[in-house]
Amino acid sequence: MSMGGMAKIKARTKGRVALVPGLVLAVVTTSLWLGTGNAGETHKGDYIPREPVMRRLTAGQYRNVISDIFGPDIQIGGRLEPDLREGGLYAVGAGHVSITAAGMEQYDQMARAIAAQVLDEQHRRMTMPCEPADIGAPDDACARQFLTTTGLYLFRRPLTATQADVYVAAANEATKIVDDFYHGLSLSLAAMLSSPQFLFRQQITEPEPDRHGQFRLDAWSKATQLSFFLWNSTPDTLLLEAARGGELNDLHGLDQQVRRMMASPRLETGVRAFFIDNFRFSEFETLTKDARLFPKFGASVAADAREQTLRTIIDLLLHRQEDYRKLFTTRKTFLTPRLGAIYRVPVSHSGPNGAPERWRPHEFSPSEPNIGILTHISFTGLHSPPGRGSPTIRGKAMREVMLCQLVPAPPAEVPFDIVQDITNPLYKTARERLTAHRREPVCAGCHNLMDPIGLALENFDGAGEYRQFENGVPIDPSGEFDTLPFRDFAELSELIAGSRALSSCLVNRLLSYARGRGIDHDERAWVEKTESLFIDGGYRLPDLMRRIATSDDFYRVAAPGTSKIAQEADPQDEAIKSSSGSGQ
Amino acid sequence: MTRKLNRRDLLRGSLNGSIVAVALPFLDIFLNDNGTALADTGRALPPCFGTWFQHLGFNPGRWIPDQVGSGYENNVELKVFDPFRNRINIISGTKYFMDGRPLETHKTGVQIATTGAIFEGADVPPSLDSTIADTIGARTRFRSLEVALNGRTQSASQRSSSAVNPSETSPAALYQRIFGPGFVDPNAAEFTPDPTVMARRSVLSLVADDRIKLMRDVGAADRARLDEYFTSIRQIEQQLEIELHRPAPLETCVIAPEPAEELPELPGLTAEAAENNCSLFASLLGHALACDQTRVFNVFAGTLMMRLPGGVRDWHSLTHEEPIDDMLGVQKDVTWFIDWANRIFVEFLSILEGISEGEGSVLDRLVILWQTDHGYARTHTMENLPIMTVGNAGGRLRTGIHIAAPGDPTTRVGLTIQQAFGVPVSKWGTLSNETDRTINEIII
Repeated sequence: MSMGGMAKIKARTKGRVALVPGLVLAVVTTSLWLGTGNAGETHKGDYIPREPVMRRLTAGQYRNVISDIFGPDIQIGGRLEPDLREGGLYAVGAGHVSITAAGMEQYDQMARAIAAQVLDEQHRRMTMPCEPADIGAPDDACARQFLTTTGLYLFRRPLTATQADVYVAAANEATKIVDDFYHGLSLSLAAMLSSPQFLFRQQITEPEPDRHGQFRLDAWSKATQLSFFLWNSTPDTLLLEAARGGELNDLHGLDQQVRRMMASPRLETGVRAFFIDNFRFSEFETLTKDARLFPKFGASVAADAREQTLRTIIDLLLHRQEDYRKLFTTRKTFLTPRLGAIYRVPVSHSGPNGAPERWRPHEFSPSEPNIGILTHISFTGLHSPPGRGSPTIRGKAMREVMLCQLVPAPPAEVPFDIVQDITNPLYKTARERLTAHRREPVCAGCHNLMDPIGLALENFDGAGEYRQFENGVPIDPSGEFDTLPFRDFAELSELIAGSRALSSCLVNRLLSYARGRGIDHDERAWVEKTESLFIDGGYRLPDLMRRIATSDDFYRVAAPGTSKIAQEADPQDEAIKSSSGSGQ
Repeated sequence: MTRKLNRRDLLRGSLNGSIVAVALPFLDIFLNDNGTALADTGRALPPCFGTWFQHLGFNPGRWIPDQVGSGYENNVELKVFDPFRNRINIISGTKYFMDGRPLETHKTGVQIATTGAIFEGADVPPSLDSTIADTIGARTRFRSLEVALNGRTQSASQRSSSAVNPSETSPAALYQRIFGPGFVDPNAAEFTPDPTVMARRSVLSLVADDRIKLMRDVGAADRARLDEYFTSIRQIEQQLEIELHRPAPLETCVIAPEPAEELPELPGLTAEAAENNCSLFASLLGHALACDQTRVFNVFAGTLMMRLPGGVRDWHSLTHEEPIDDMLGVQKDVTWFIDWANRIFVEFLSILEGISEGEGSVLDRLVILWQTDHGYARTHTMENLPIMTVGNAGGRLRTGIHIAAPGDPTTRVGLTIQQAFGVPVSKWGTLSNETDRTINEIII
């Protein structure tokens, strides 16, 4: 095919230049990242294979896949089935959701719209490897060529002979009815796009040759697992070729592919996807602020706020390969003029040579209050109600999103009017109101977890703008974090950055994200071992991703129905642990 | 030549006997002259079911009628329902039992109201609208339709943990789903089957076997998820079948007016936009019922984040923040929202009543179940929950009755409604929320 999907992907892949200058990947010298040991021997911290997980494509993945296979100009209209967040991640919920009748209507409609575009006159020169002998009649040979090539990318493995026959027959039948080859072919393609093989990422297993009685993903499923982890999209041609050639079952071959993929600009897409999921940035879609109270805040500011933090993450973790914990203490970021208005920083509309430039790097000075991503609008504004800030909501988000500590829900029969009546002259600041609220013994336990750290951000209003006073009273941002005192948020951010829970949470979430399943109780030793490697390696995210991607644990599975059912780590345990740790 | 058409014959003829298990549309050729019953059997028009879920409850002391039984007088907060009083049952005094489980405010109540159980993780029972839809809605183009007034896709309807039915947020999009290209107007003079639809049906039947093969290689949990997928696919197949056959003329079926595009940016988050959505959705759902496109709908009022245009605080925040007004004895703005929500529900009912069918209206064939998450939102109480049922589904329930059931599980109402629609269930709910006691006062 001259300019078909495969060739197109090849061209795109080759044409890309590594976006990550200076990214140096350490050579993997061992296959057993976590010391799995010899077959038959098990040690504390060894990985216990789990059953395969069938994951539905998330909305983001669906878009990425269509764009990567057919080109970014294919319009994807309509609404995709809502994703489900479990264990803090959509990536985990994807292993539990199916497709509702209403959702299927949408997928079906989208599939036909996409297929029609892929084969319309404008695109078919790029997407079709052949021309039909007669545009008004079936041409099985040409249909087969297109469907088997495209099917490889959509199903992420070659079509079986039967599958190829079925889809060719479908195109043939449809063409006879509508008297149009491309229309008939598009209906067969649409059937692929609404098939479970496309919409769900199924994991196919095979026996492990070196471990009797154990299983691993087959090479095609490996390629898919790897590709969605690193790129949040479907495998490209080179990865599929590596799967076909058996290279992914070979340590050196796997390492080569991981190196290549981590040097690709698509890695940024993958890392962004992880943090969008982990930091719950999908909530930006419904974020609103009261325009009377926060006139500077609008939909475009919200979009910029999200992008600001993502750029900061990519710059620090990928481009500069720095310590993950620095995200919480860095003063370096990127701003637009709109964001500058809220941060009270003049941001020029033009670049150094007068060229238009929307994003400008910026470094806050040590005398300014902005330190780390928790002072970004993407945290202070995202975790606030429409008309005010909320120390409780922010404190809860710090615990749950950043530290993986779940805070129990409030009990029934508790009035909240003291804590939330911002017009009460007796309690002028949030600190005073929350202190009064915590006199209720039933409230104190949980609020002691959330409020002290949330109050440290009280200098930032509901839209993330700095303020010194609330109702004329100076704001006191001091408090305690897990028994350690701090005077202001700058000090708290250092404490959070130094907290073991912070790095532990990242490792926990990244492993959950990669595998599409939460961490079970009996996996804690394994997670802790991983975390030790992360710490020893200087808390570098790319290194952690590489370790996961090149470890054989990542591809080991139990045969369906054979793994023991382990309890998910009980969130209450985390809360209790955290509570006792805070000494409240 | 004059042999009476039988629906099964129609099906066989239409499919050349090639596909089995295709559900049947409701063919109104079998209606009697006044459109209220099936002509050949005398059976009433099919009953329909709807839910209206509205968070944040009512004000204690302002909604329970003084009298128990029939002929009650509405209390101040429900006065607005007076025009429909004879069709409404009010059930007071029931509670959600927690059984020592932690309360997830605004969530646990929804779970018990809709499924009779508190659940977490993957072990999620179906909501009662799903069980009713399986009983009465399996033959229609849409098994059920879900809408939310607040611009978000949340709903309280689910078939399982893996299939939470998302709400339609846009009236314009719902119009396209119901009355767009897939709709076959039963009153159109001409009927020509669309070749594309024929081709799609052909493609679907050819690839069906290949899709099902996937089931062989997955574990039990994933098999259940694939089952949901195939249930959804069957609805697509059913829709194609319906599109390929000339429907019988249906006098009462009128295509709803097409709504204008929705307001920009989160249209439903203000009371004004939600009210607008409510009227448009009411018309679309009512006409969908009249045209037998569905027999079940779910309205998620989405009141939690509702604000007045330009308002600083939303309804939910107000329930916790607003002091009790000394003069009124209630939270003033919260009460405004309660009154507003009741008013738009009445508007919803009025629009359904305006869609006539024979001598009555589509409302006559409905039971709508109104439920909420907390008895008193200010303190998140799980007791004395207001519940209402509206309509008798063509004579399946007695109405106009106030039932006081202090301390009883709310699930008594859900059990009663499911039985009224023929769901084969003798008890419903789990642990203390389980009950086998129906509300006998309203059962016919």
